[in-house]
Amino acid sequence: MTGILERPSRATRPHRSPRSAAPARPRTRTAEGRTGRILTYVSMSVLAVFFLFPLVFMFVSSLKPDAQILQDIDSPAAFLPTGDISLDNYFGVFERVPVGQFLFNSILVTVLTVGLGLVVNSLAGFALSRLRWKGRVVVLALVIATLIVPFETIAVPMVYWVNQLPTLVMEGGVLKYDFGWLNTYQVQIVPFIANAFSIFLFAQYFSTIPTSLDEAARIDGASWFTIYRRIIVPLSGPAFATVAILTFLPAWNQYLWPLMVVQKEELRPVMVGMQYFFQLNTAWGEVMAYTSLITLPVLIVFLVFQRAFVSSIAASGVKG
Amino acid sequence: MTVSPPVAAAEQPRRSLSRFRSARGRETWAGLAMMAPAAVLLLLFLIVPVLLAFTLSFTNARLISPNPPRFVGLDNFLRAFTADPVFLQSALNTFLFALVVVPVQAGLGLFLAILVNQRLRGTTFFRVVFFVPVVTSIVVVSILWRFMYQSDGLINSMIDTLTLGALQGADWLNDPSTALGAIIVLSIWQAVGFHMIIWLAGLQTIPEELYEAARMDGASRWRQFTNVTWPGLRPTMVFVLVTITIAALGLFVQVDVMTQGGPLNSTSTVVFHAVRKGYEQQEIGYAAAISLLFFVAVLIIALIQRWLTREKN
Repeated sequence: MTGILERPSRATRPHRSPRSAAPARPRTRTAEGRTGRILTYVSMSVLAVFFLFPLVFMFVSSLKPDAQILQDIDSPAAFLPTGDISLDNYFGVFERVPVGQFLFNSILVTVLTVGLGLVVNSLAGFALSRLRWKGRVVVLALVIATLIVPFETIAVPMVYWVNQLPTLVMEGGVLKYDFGWLNTYQVQIVPFIANAFSIFLFAQYFSTIPTSLDEAARIDGASWFTIYRRIIVPLSGPAFATVAILTFLPAWNQYLWPLMVVQKEELRPVMVGMQYFFQLNTAWGEVMAYTSLITLPVLIVFLVFQRAFVSSIAASGVKG
Repeated sequence: MTVSPPVAAAEQPRRSLSRFRSARGRETWAGLAMMAPAAVLLLLFLIVPVLLAFTLSFTNARLISPNPPRFVGLDNFLRAFTADPVFLQSALNTFLFALVVVPVQAGLGLFLAILVNQRLRGTTFFRVVFFVPVVTSIVVVSILWRFMYQSDGLINSMIDTLTLGALQGADWLNDPSTALGAIIVLSIWQAVGFHMIIWLAGLQTIPEELYEAARMDGASRWRQFTNVTWPGLRPTMVFVLVTITIAALGLFVQVDVMTQGGPLNSTSTVVFHAVRKGYEQQEIGYAAAISLLFFVAVLIIALIQRWLTREKN
């Protein structure tokens, strides 16, 4: 699925056949073909406007003072960076809320959730796909069964549950034993590290690597962990990329969960922080600056890795 | 579901005296050790909460309470269906939302996929454009559209301009008759690119030979679609419909950010109601019952999916 974005021409060819094997279809030169092409381009352009105008409006408005946003709204100027353009709204956001702290929190939570998830889930995928042990089949079936539990169904009971989990807290320089995970970093990270779908994707990918590699390494006396680390991980770049991308977006976009379990401002992730900022009745220009600020990094990451993003999502569907 | 057991060389004799020293024993221990972190985490943060949702729904548990939860039988479920009109309204809204979003989003996604699957210059660019809203957070999208939906906002101004003043906009989010529809539009706008990609992956699994054969038989574009493309997309279709349905039934963020369930509960949803009851009003037992009902709905859909795809496997 690597070519979905880059090589549209492959789309109409047989799956997995090498490029040269498929005979190129001659371009239609008839009048009917030309009309069809024009119609396609017109439809795609209209749709492109539909998908882009809100985002263009957002970025442009973030650069304007409120009075001008309202003044421009009835004209095409709403989509053009014209008039009184400045970064004042962005400075305003930083003055009003600790958005730097929110960004730090979200980056920390995202990096740890994705990073630890890659380790934990790939180990589990390895154990399930390449090792033979008692209970393997039962565990695999259980993991697959948990795939259908949407997070929304367990979110509220889980608040009750994490509020009773034991934790260690520093109190006056002494490490104390206490209960309740509310208002911590760990409550935003630990529940999302293990992911049944990631385990499944890893297991599936690992099972395509020839087992003869394991056998050779076993004869040389390698431990199973060495085989995992030295043979399987280096050969599974695409699987790691797919899982990283598929877990990155939900971690960065977390909203419902931190809304319920994090009240302390200094622990808030960007999405919840934005909702509070929005409720302060701030000027729309500043709100647009905030939304632009947290959208741009993800957008840039996407545009750089667009191919990997799209093939990851395609993989999630084809295998599902 | 095709994770086959490795055909490893582990056919060594099993009758070794010390199982721990044998290759087989080591393999078992390695397997358990490597599975353990994920297993413990899934147990703690998935299986226990599911069981907890089940048990709490038969109690009057509160989030923070000096009294231990008391068993109340089916009271919570009776209350949901007989004494809580907001729940029924929320269930109806959720159902309506899914009823519109599922076919429209799936259909538009397929249309986009077919458009960008043609061999034309520039389709790559359009794929990226159609996908951009997907990587934009739904919280950002909700705030942005709330701004645009204001009565003197961008949407009304555009309606006014495009129809030369013939049509008047509405106060979209403050009118009970338009609020849910307004949320439907932005939800589809945000998510349809995702399903375009899934459809596209499905389109690419259809061998070109089938199209060539159809063209040789003189089949029109439309006949090619109904006789080659559509049958080839069946597994993809089931997947797309089920994922959209489950996501649609879980509608929460848009409502929380844009309307808080209002006006007059016209945009309240099942998950929003569960969070309102369980978290804001601390009635965990009742919220667990609502969550359980939601879960049963999802389970039924998943079973229908299995049933629809059974002959394939």
